[in-house]
Amino acid sequence: MTIGLISAACIAAGILFILSLGGLSGQECAKRAVWYGIAGMALAVAATVFGPDTGNRFIVLAMIAGGAVLGHLIAARVQMTEMPQLVAALHSFVGLAAVFIGFNAHIEAVYVAGLNEAERTALSGFAAILAHKAPVELVILKVEVFLGIFIGAATFTGSIVAFGKLAGKVDGKARKLPGGHVLNAGALLLSLLLLALYINGAGAWPLILMTCAAFFIGYHLIMGIGGADMPVVVSMLNSYSGWAAAAIGFTFGNDLLIVTGALVGSSGAILSYIMCKAMNRSFVSVILGGFGATTGPAMEIIGEQIAIDADGVAAALNDADSVVIVPGYGMAVAQAQQSVSELTRKLRAAGKTVRFAIHPVAGRLPGHMNVLLAEAKVPYDIVLEMDEINEDFHETDVVIVIGSNDIVNPAAQDDPNSPIAGMPVLEVWKAKQVFVSKRGQGTGYSGIENPLFYKDNTRMFYGDAKESVGRLLSRVA
Amino acid sequence: MFIGSPAERWQGEQRVALTPDSAAHLQKLGYGCIIEAGAGQRAGFSDDAYRAAGVTVVDTAAALFERCDVVTKVRPPEPAEIERLSADKTLISFFYPAQNGALLEQARATGANVIAMDMVPRISRAQKMDALSSMANIAGYRAVIEAGNNFGRFFTGQITAAGKVPPARVLVIGAGVAGLAATGVAVSLGAKTYAFDVRPEVAEQIESMGAEFVYLDFDGGVQDGAATGGYAAPSSPEFRETQLEKFHELAPGIDIVITTALISGRDAPKLWLADMVAAMKPGSVVIDLAAERGGNCDLTVPEQRIVSDNGVIIIGYTDFPSRMAAQASTLYATNIRHMLADLTPGKDGAIVHNMEDDVIRGATVAFDGAVTWPPPPPKIAAIAAQMRQEKAKDPTPEERRARDAAAFRGQTRNQIGLLAVGTALLLIVGAVAPPAFMSHFIVFVLACFVGFQVIWNVSHSLHTPLMAVTNAVSGIVILGALLQIGSGNWLVVTLAAVSVLITTVNIVGGFLVTRRMLAMFQKS
Repeated sequence: MTIGLISAACIAAGILFILSLGGLSGQECAKRAVWYGIAGMALAVAATVFGPDTGNRFIVLAMIAGGAVLGHLIAARVQMTEMPQLVAALHSFVGLAAVFIGFNAHIEAVYVAGLNEAERTALSGFAAILAHKAPVELVILKVEVFLGIFIGAATFTGSIVAFGKLAGKVDGKARKLPGGHVLNAGALLLSLLLLALYINGAGAWPLILMTCAAFFIGYHLIMGIGGADMPVVVSMLNSYSGWAAAAIGFTFGNDLLIVTGALVGSSGAILSYIMCKAMNRSFVSVILGGFGATTGPAMEIIGEQIAIDADGVAAALNDADSVVIVPGYGMAVAQAQQSVSELTRKLRAAGKTVRFAIHPVAGRLPGHMNVLLAEAKVPYDIVLEMDEINEDFHETDVVIVIGSNDIVNPAAQDDPNSPIAGMPVLEVWKAKQVFVSKRGQGTGYSGIENPLFYKDNTRMFYGDAKESVGRLLSRVA
Repeated sequence: MFIGSPAERWQGEQRVALTPDSAAHLQKLGYGCIIEAGAGQRAGFSDDAYRAAGVTVVDTAAALFERCDVVTKVRPPEPAEIERLSADKTLISFFYPAQNGALLEQARATGANVIAMDMVPRISRAQKMDALSSMANIAGYRAVIEAGNNFGRFFTGQITAAGKVPPARVLVIGAGVAGLAATGVAVSLGAKTYAFDVRPEVAEQIESMGAEFVYLDFDGGVQDGAATGGYAAPSSPEFRETQLEKFHELAPGIDIVITTALISGRDAPKLWLADMVAAMKPGSVVIDLAAERGGNCDLTVPEQRIVSDNGVIIIGYTDFPSRMAAQASTLYATNIRHMLADLTPGKDGAIVHNMEDDVIRGATVAFDGAVTWPPPPPKIAAIAAQMRQEKAKDPTPEERRARDAAAFRGQTRNQIGLLAVGTALLLIVGAVAPPAFMSHFIVFVLACFVGFQVIWNVSHSLHTPLMAVTNAVSGIVILGALLQIGSGNWLVVTLAAVSVLITTVNIVGGFLVTRRMLAMFQKS
């Protein structure tokens, strides 16, 4: 394959990637868009493998085959509730690969620097690219390698911690070593110092030391962030893996890598921004962990939490014309989506309007609830976003809140002293009746009392979400 | 334990305190149920229906009182009934302890516990046992039906081939539970409905039912219903004057008046005076729901339907709920059942008379041989104090235009600022970096820009697939590993090989899982 053909393949692949991401604007065209992505990737990999710069094709093909089998196994086996973990785990792979490739680049650069003119012209592949670099370009190369490894390493450990938290293998609570963010800042300063040393030709040790520092930053930063902020963390790591790819692209002077990395990086950045906005918090405050300080005592809550049994909820559902279900992380934990879907089918069969209201940060991953409901065969046209449905609550007969708390907290609007004041929330309390399915009394992730539970039109439906909804199924006509 | 209901002794009373339906629920609480033969007959529940629900039917009231631990009734007990009570029994019924002092004393002397359904405090938890509200609701409904029965015209306005019919004009005075129920029924029958209340905060409730609230031009202090537990309080003489003046003005145009004004513990205020009746058209109807306490209308005679000199019909029946015995019994029996559920926390058929409980304490008028009426004030306020909120003013078109223009200018300023800073940064980079780097850098910046434009359009519901697909796409770092794998250095080859392996896992896994997810999104 000639250089011209490879360039053409790269341009095509870049366009296909853009189309692939752009196609996700609607459910139907998304099904086509994913094929654009697959085709783009196949084209790019094939062009590189069969291009002039790649050797050891046997190893390459063996590794690709092995990876494909593994990837296929993972994709086929994963449960939809485990999607956040999977995404986090895959991010760590990109991070690790970026670290390896960065080190390779360093080793090759050292090797090439030791060669004479005649030997240099005989080089092929990546080494040949290095051989033709001017001294200034070599300095830039070192910065790029350094950055690529730094971002990759932080992504790697960060993703592993995020994976552990999402999979429940690590405690989901925010946890920091004594010293907190001073340690992170220290590690960052150390890395900058090492960068200066590395550029001035100090050899491999600053690179290795910096990798350790970056590993630490990734680990410690994500450990300090609590479970409910995971949507932001996962999209942030997504963004990082993109920037790591872009940094590697600069190292190789490969435009396709740069373009793709930039696309992924900006995508993750936008997702993080959307998630932060949905929580009314700044990106920095999420990353630094914990909630902002409150400005005064919380409003006193008048009333009491009143429990109700399945018969009562079922009776209200039978009488209702319009029902809105608000799912949250609790539904995913209890694996209640199938029962919820079954309930929806029954209610719809009885001629009632049933809709779902999804808050942007419900669950542990952007769009998490949508995927779970889709898996349970809830049609997507009755699953609505917050802005689409907030206007309709006052015309709704029954709202069922399943395993969500802060996203339906009226204190965000009523109480200027609340830590979540100003956060956009689903205004479920405007409905005629609200049933809250919850494991027991107690506050949500943020530890804030929810006045919704004390309202006159709210009844608490205690118990495991799956069993609770299951009990409703037999009682709903 | 056994719960039983005797037949009501009061002349003309058709209701019953136990229905087959409520008996089924009481049995779930662990109680046995007994009914006097024929007690439900006039409410439409036959003895057989009770037997089918597992209720024991006994022949005489004496036998019933003998066997029951809890006796439930509708009307206050007759002295003869109280004689049958003893210290181990509980009586649940309407009691009106303020009016029935002698009866209360007699009940106390027997040592029985007496729960008065009319004394249930007005707090949200106790709404399910608020029998006064259930009965008032029925009375309000029946009042309109009764008025329609006596009124010679349609409620709704119609234009027919035989001519045009104007809608009836209905005025409801007092928007308590009965008043609101009457308003709702009158509106749904198609009448032009007006409603009046001394508490201005109910205007919203009235308007929400489609009726018109009659506003008074009165500057004096207005009442806040929250202070009196949601009930109306006596108004000042000046206020009363303004109010009567308004009624005078309305009277000639009104076809049906339904008065429901009551102030707790007092005689009904006279609001529809004789001269207002005189001003009404012949054939008009006045329904006085306050007749039992003397009536809101001057001419009302309790228990009777009379016709005034100018042909206005004035109805002073006091038994509206009883006239709808089946409905009234169902609701009342449900109120009673909820009361018993609260009295049976263990659901084991054993009464626990918890005098610490606000609701039970409030409703109990005689306990353990002592009179416990009036109760201390409840610990929880019935209604939260009114929050006076300034309504945000709707901006005028000019203000809105000015605001939009300001927002647009702000956005423009922001964008220009960002562009200027971005360009400056690019220039700085361009000044020091070599041309080869710059060409890649331009690609990078443009790609970021494209990425931002494209991702904003992604649907919220597809964010998880978006993450999975960007994940797969970020596996593009495989190209880096592929370019290095041909190296002569074994370490480089090994690291590159591992990189190829894991990035392939990433690419294949990411794409396949995205496809799996997208395939699940189905339209209904």
